[in-house]
Amino acid sequence: MTDRQRTDLTPPEPESYGGPVEYLSQDDLRVPTHQLVTPDGEYDESSIPDLDDEAFRDLYRWMVSDRVFNRRMVKIQRRGELGTFGTTRGQEASIVGSAYTVAPDDWMYLGRAWTAMFMRGVPMRDMILFWRGIEESQQSFAEHNSQIAIAVGAHLPLATGTAWGMDIRDADEITMAYLGDGATSTGVVHEGLNLAGALEVPALFFCQNNQYAISMPFSEQTGANTIAQKALAYGIDAIRVDGQDVLAVYDAVMEARERVKRGEPVFVESVTYRLDAHTTSDDPHRYRTEEEEQAWEENDPIERYRSFLESEGLWAAIDHDAIVEEINAEFDAALAAANDFSEREVSEMFAHVYEELPPELRRQLTEFEQFLEEHPEAYDYIDQRPKG
Amino acid sequence: MNATIVEAVNDALHTEMAADERVLVFGEDVARSGGVFRATEGLLEEFGHDRVVDTPLSEIAIIGGATGLAMYGYRPVAEIQFSGFLPPAFDQLVSNASRMRWRTRGEFTASMVARMPYGAGVRALEHHSESMEGSYAHIPGLKVVIPSTPSDTKGLLTAAIRDPDPVLFMEPKRIYRSFREEVPEGDYEVPIGEAAVREEGEDVTLVSWGSMMPMAEEAAANVDADVELVDLRTISPMDTEAVVESVKKTGRAVVVHEGPRTGGVGSDVVARINDEALMYLEAPVERVTGFDTQVPMLSMEDFYFPNPPRIAAGIERALSV
Ligand SMILES: Cc1ncc(C[n+]2csc(CCOP(=O)(O)OP(=O)(O)O)c2C)c(N)n1
Ligand SMILES: [Mg+2]
Repeated sequence: MTDRQRTDLTPPEPESYGGPVEYLSQDDLRVPTHQLVTPDGEYDESSIPDLDDEAFRDLYRWMVSDRVFNRRMVKIQRRGELGTFGTTRGQEASIVGSAYTVAPDDWMYLGRAWTAMFMRGVPMRDMILFWRGIEESQQSFAEHNSQIAIAVGAHLPLATGTAWGMDIRDADEITMAYLGDGATSTGVVHEGLNLAGALEVPALFFCQNNQYAISMPFSEQTGANTIAQKALAYGIDAIRVDGQDVLAVYDAVMEARERVKRGEPVFVESVTYRLDAHTTSDDPHRYRTEEEEQAWEENDPIERYRSFLESEGLWAAIDHDAIVEEINAEFDAALAAANDFSEREVSEMFAHVYEELPPELRRQLTEFEQFLEEHPEAYDYIDQRPKG
Repeated sequence: MNATIVEAVNDALHTEMAADERVLVFGEDVARSGGVFRATEGLLEEFGHDRVVDTPLSEIAIIGGATGLAMYGYRPVAEIQFSGFLPPAFDQLVSNASRMRWRTRGEFTASMVARMPYGAGVRALEHHSESMEGSYAHIPGLKVVIPSTPSDTKGLLTAAIRDPDPVLFMEPKRIYRSFREEVPEGDYEVPIGEAAVREEGEDVTLVSWGSMMPMAEEAAANVDADVELVDLRTISPMDTEAVVESVKKTGRAVVVHEGPRTGGVGSDVVARINDEALMYLEAPVERVTGFDTQVPMLSMEDFYFPNPPRIAAGIERALSV
């Protein structure tokens, strides 16, 4: 546990005196961006993480899985089988490289990173249920010590809190919180970070700067040049990484984890891009150009990693089409299982409000059940849509 | 012009921005993309980046910033993308906007509008479906307005922008586009603080507002009784007189709202009826409301809010005594 002994406050002792007023400016900061494989596929063998061939292949498989999952989800949304859906296309390296570091007992708070959930064992079915608005999906996430924050940024203090508990207990696990660039403009994120920095808790904050918060480009989201630098204000060290380079992301987050496990929070900014619309109800061409999108399409994280695998001679052992087929089959099975989810009793709406139903709530439930029995015409207005 | 509710919002903003250059519109995704519901579409093109501003994702700063602008003489109309994301900024409403006049003995005021779509029924995940007007009505110094028709939307939003005090303008997003009606062109104001009697009747008073009005109308049409339908329109300050006068005539009342029952505005309506018309009542006042649960995500949300059969059953209970 972090030492919380109080030390006496001493007056400041400037290094020198006299001279003009000096600014502390972000322009003086050097904020390096960690990259291992260049967009052209060049790399320095000696800095590649020490992974076995299976792990290298695994990273590829998960990235492809992410892409296929997104494609299938958009497809079923268009058929009216989901509410809305927001894809993670373009962010595969950022998501997979970071989530590949996670240990089974770690806690996770997620933003746009659905596959990170699959990587810790959440069934694909439950992500389909989630986007169909079925609460049991969130129960499944919770069984895997994870949850998705819909209120942007609101999870950061939760992450700090669970990490605080881990610190007190001297636990081996850490807390990892994903957040977006937009989230860093909320007050709650800053309180969560500050508390983590002040208490020195084992929390790893992983910010996917995908350049957009719906229509808001990063350049207008903040006056700060980078997101990484914001962590410094809270005494939290930061790493900025090329989020289109899966090995760099893995390397950076592994490095961060080591430090987090020693009890120091770390903040990682992963520079990536949301290639698709914010969600299926958004039209990005209202606020960004096709030229910009094209430039990022050409910075495809899967393509870059493929060229690395080719250079390493690992590509030959990978059957891309077979992977796609496997994931499609997994999705088909998940969709069938999701479609088997049956309509729920109305009592489900009242369950889990409290541990025990208070009398007034019990009365509301009983009256409503009775009403539904006596007035089947009410079902003309009630459609559970368990299939989306 | 013929308009939906969301088009009426847009028209009111266009008209007021053209009439008064102190009016500013800002919030998340309101400028370039025209708002996630397109309520602010075309404003950027007409009034430019100085007056129509995409803000960072910062609800606290949006509401607090609006308050500061208002103190300095501007007329900000801030958008909160979904009412479920207002809570962080609740603090700015409670601690600053609503008490600026009081704190400074009238030297500074917060003549500002916070607009936000509210309510369930748009097939969303968590935090996109709440109806928390009860919580907001509890804040002294804040006005809470909820229109239910396109022309009221235009008139009330115009009045809200011109109002000398802070107004929380809650827009019933489920019926944003569900019907059209004639909306007056140009300058059009509907006074804040006045309810509207939508249908006159002798047997029972049905009080509702916002997203529940179409449901209430349908229920009223389906029961075998002469229903007086009152659209509250302003939640705070409430038009007690309109409700009380109607109840004095009918002797029976039902209040319908979407938000949770406990601490809901319906409780206040009942209390006011009891205060001023108890002796006229022939039956206890019925409440048909959302439940004291979270609003479920899209799959089960239809269970949550009152529907015409539930409202009709409430009317029949009020008539049965
Ligand atoms: C507090 C809050 N305000 C507004 C919204 C509506 N909203 C949903 S996602 C989003 C943008 C989020 O941007 P970012 O944090 O960059 O995450 P990304 O969607 O890019 O993954 C907004 C404004 C919300 N969910 N929560
Ligand atoms: Mg983003």
